[in-house]
Amino acid sequence: MAGKQAKTRPMADGQASSGKLLDIRNLRIEATVYPPGEAPKTITLVHDVSLTLEKGKVLGLIGESGAGKSTIGLSSMAYGRGGVRITGGEVILNGRDIMKAGPRGVRALRGREVCYVAQSAAAAFNPAHKLIDQVVEATLLHGTANRAEAEKRAVALFKKLSLPNPETIGERYPHQVSGGQLQRVMTAMALCSEPDLIVFDEPTTALDVTTQIDVLAAIKDAIRDTHVAALYITHDLAVVAQVSDEIMVLRHGRLVEWGGTRQIIKEPRQEYTNALVSVHEIEHQEQQPGTTPFLSVKNVTAAYGGGHVKVLKNVSVDIYPAQTLAVVGESGSGKSTLARAITGLLPPEQGTVTFDGRPLANRLADRPKEDLRQLQMIYQMADVAMNPRQTVGTIIGRPLEFYFGMKGRERDKRVAELLDEIEMGKGFIDRYPAELSGGQKQRVCIARSLAAKPKLIICDEVTSALDPLVAHGILKLLLNLQQVEKVAYLFITHDLATVKSIADSVAVMYRGEVVRYGSKSKVLTPPFDAYTDLLLSSVPEMEIGWLEKAIKGRRMASAGN
Amino acid sequence: MALRQIPVTAWIGLILTGAFAFCAIFAPWVAPHGNGEIVGDVWEPMSAAHWLGTDNLGRDLISRMIYGARITMEIAVAATALSFSLGSILGFSAAVFGGWFDTLMSRFVDLLMSIPTLIFGLVVLSVLPTNALTLILVMGILDSTRVYRLSRAVAVDINVMDFVEAAKLRGEGKAWIIFREILPNALSPLVAELGVRFIFAVLFLSALSFLGLGVQPPDSDWGGMVKENKDGIVFGIPAALIPAAAIAVLAISVNLVADWVLNRTTSLKGGRG
Repeated sequence: MAGKQAKTRPMADGQASSGKLLDIRNLRIEATVYPPGEAPKTITLVHDVSLTLEKGKVLGLIGESGAGKSTIGLSSMAYGRGGVRITGGEVILNGRDIMKAGPRGVRALRGREVCYVAQSAAAAFNPAHKLIDQVVEATLLHGTANRAEAEKRAVALFKKLSLPNPETIGERYPHQVSGGQLQRVMTAMALCSEPDLIVFDEPTTALDVTTQIDVLAAIKDAIRDTHVAALYITHDLAVVAQVSDEIMVLRHGRLVEWGGTRQIIKEPRQEYTNALVSVHEIEHQEQQPGTTPFLSVKNVTAAYGGGHVKVLKNVSVDIYPAQTLAVVGESGSGKSTLARAITGLLPPEQGTVTFDGRPLANRLADRPKEDLRQLQMIYQMADVAMNPRQTVGTIIGRPLEFYFGMKGRERDKRVAELLDEIEMGKGFIDRYPAELSGGQKQRVCIARSLAAKPKLIICDEVTSALDPLVAHGILKLLLNLQQVEKVAYLFITHDLATVKSIADSVAVMYRGEVVRYGSKSKVLTPPFDAYTDLLLSSVPEMEIGWLEKAIKGRRMASAGN
Repeated sequence: MALRQIPVTAWIGLILTGAFAFCAIFAPWVAPHGNGEIVGDVWEPMSAAHWLGTDNLGRDLISRMIYGARITMEIAVAATALSFSLGSILGFSAAVFGGWFDTLMSRFVDLLMSIPTLIFGLVVLSVLPTNALTLILVMGILDSTRVYRLSRAVAVDINVMDFVEAAKLRGEGKAWIIFREILPNALSPLVAELGVRFIFAVLFLSALSFLGLGVQPPDSDWGGMVKENKDGIVFGIPAALIPAAAIAVLAISVNLVADWVLNRTTSLKGGRG
């Protein structure tokens, strides 16, 4: 990084020498919304937030969705996404207010002084160009190095980010590398022009837990070695604790708490921070499997594409009444396919699914209504799992009508009861899904499946699209409902913290096979097989220095590496 | 909903479309003279007695226009209704059932669409007896290919969404999936298409009548009236331009209404904002 000092920049006055790289003062960000049929109104997304960042330091911005983290992060590049306007305050970068820089000035600093790493690298890369061309683009555009130098720098960064074949990986196209690798290439792209500041916007959120740990370690090393400052945006406190020096907690566009990483994690001063830190504690007494399972999956093999792509190989699991079987594994391990095989959406090629002692028909179309009623499903994305043109009353009422022939007042009464059960109340009966929050949507989906009075509810990643506090509420609700309704869950997840809090038995899946299966205490107690060990050790813990310990201690490299 | 939330353009469209519809429905009461009644000289100029003058046979032009509105809109509405019910139901079914049904339907529609509509219509109508029913059937079926394409494309997208899968898992029949899950969500593009298709039906009918294969004398739709009076243009008589202008104004006003309906139905909060 010898070229660093040689760079000269225009400075407004002498104030930049104080060591402050970024100084945001009383930032106010607004957007205009256009509700149909009403006058447009202006809403404030960020209220008077101030922050400072010194050279080479990492500040973590944390909060739930809608907290304004990304909006604040992007303001450091004088950018407002999707019609968002920066209406007040100053953003001082390297000693000058970039809000006053004008379009030309802003173009000169983006990609040179500040770079951005997006959440979904797969969506952020241009699929038509080779990686290396995209990595060196900003450097060449700003003329800070010639092509040969820039490429040399890129290869060095690929090496530092421990990408395989650093000399040749740049010759590939974005679809030819894995998601975790792509995220690291994107980090290399940000570092290539040797900026002073990088904005990381949820860089590991879309990745598998086993891949996340590698990317996280690579980012951390790269930040340390290049002395770049960073704003690290995430909703996962355990992740941000690994990489940042300071943490800023945001909520509804307002500052909640700002302090050193250790202080925020160990001694949070605000109630909200405390709730975030202690979110994973759910009391659940593990139940021993009963004598007879009511649903058993025996030696099921399933494939897509007419038998060419085997996604389930010889899978056997049992589910006991009113208990929870958690199925864990990374993406592509066949968890969701198992659910599809059980529901009959994907008829298995071999093996059987028995329910109450008799085999279930393989195909959905061959199953009687009663069997369909007993198996219900809740989806990951609650917004697309409900018809946007039906009211909550219709959505929950339909299974009542369909399975039990309930009509009119009787049906409405039961819908109101179900709404009470999911802690929402009958005031929601006439709402449309678009008028509900993310957590409420998922609750309505739960009520819809409960309405059928099923024996088993398949929960496919039901909390992974939700903010931690909301997800916590949903898990607690599911556990309470299990007590009341005596329903069993097949809980598909990649999040081991969730497994620990709600499961009775656990099946670990890897590449279409069940690699470890048994009661929760048995599965989560050593000695582990190599994959379970990797999975368990990859779950971020809210502890400083966890990352280094985890990387050192593991026995198997993750698949995305 | 408050009336003053309706935008000006929608008002213009609503008033004009309403006026046309009123004339069409109450033609015998609104028109000052009978449809085929000869009341004066050939191509009399506009006067207090005959507001729009008289036509090539000395019939009152405004009365002819009003009866023409009735015939034009009757056939166009019926043909559009037919093309929409046929096209959307077959399109949705093709998307939901898939497999050989989809392939068969889609290729058949491709086949129909590969023949220019007007030429196809002319050939069929020169063979079949020309009456209102044949016209409606020919126009409706030819137009339904366009609606089929659109509704199938929209339904294929909706069919793979989780809420449709949830309905399938519940055990719902195809009819529920088509009419209750897919149709409400496909309505916005279909309503937009409805306005356009209605206007194309009016234009298609006018073209057929102009060529002498549409509505037969003594009845006449607007296209036929353009044909009857077209020779007057050489002598500076505007009788042919009046039905032509009516076609244009109807086209614009119906689309203004369709635009407004589209804006309202795209809201996912039941139009209550």
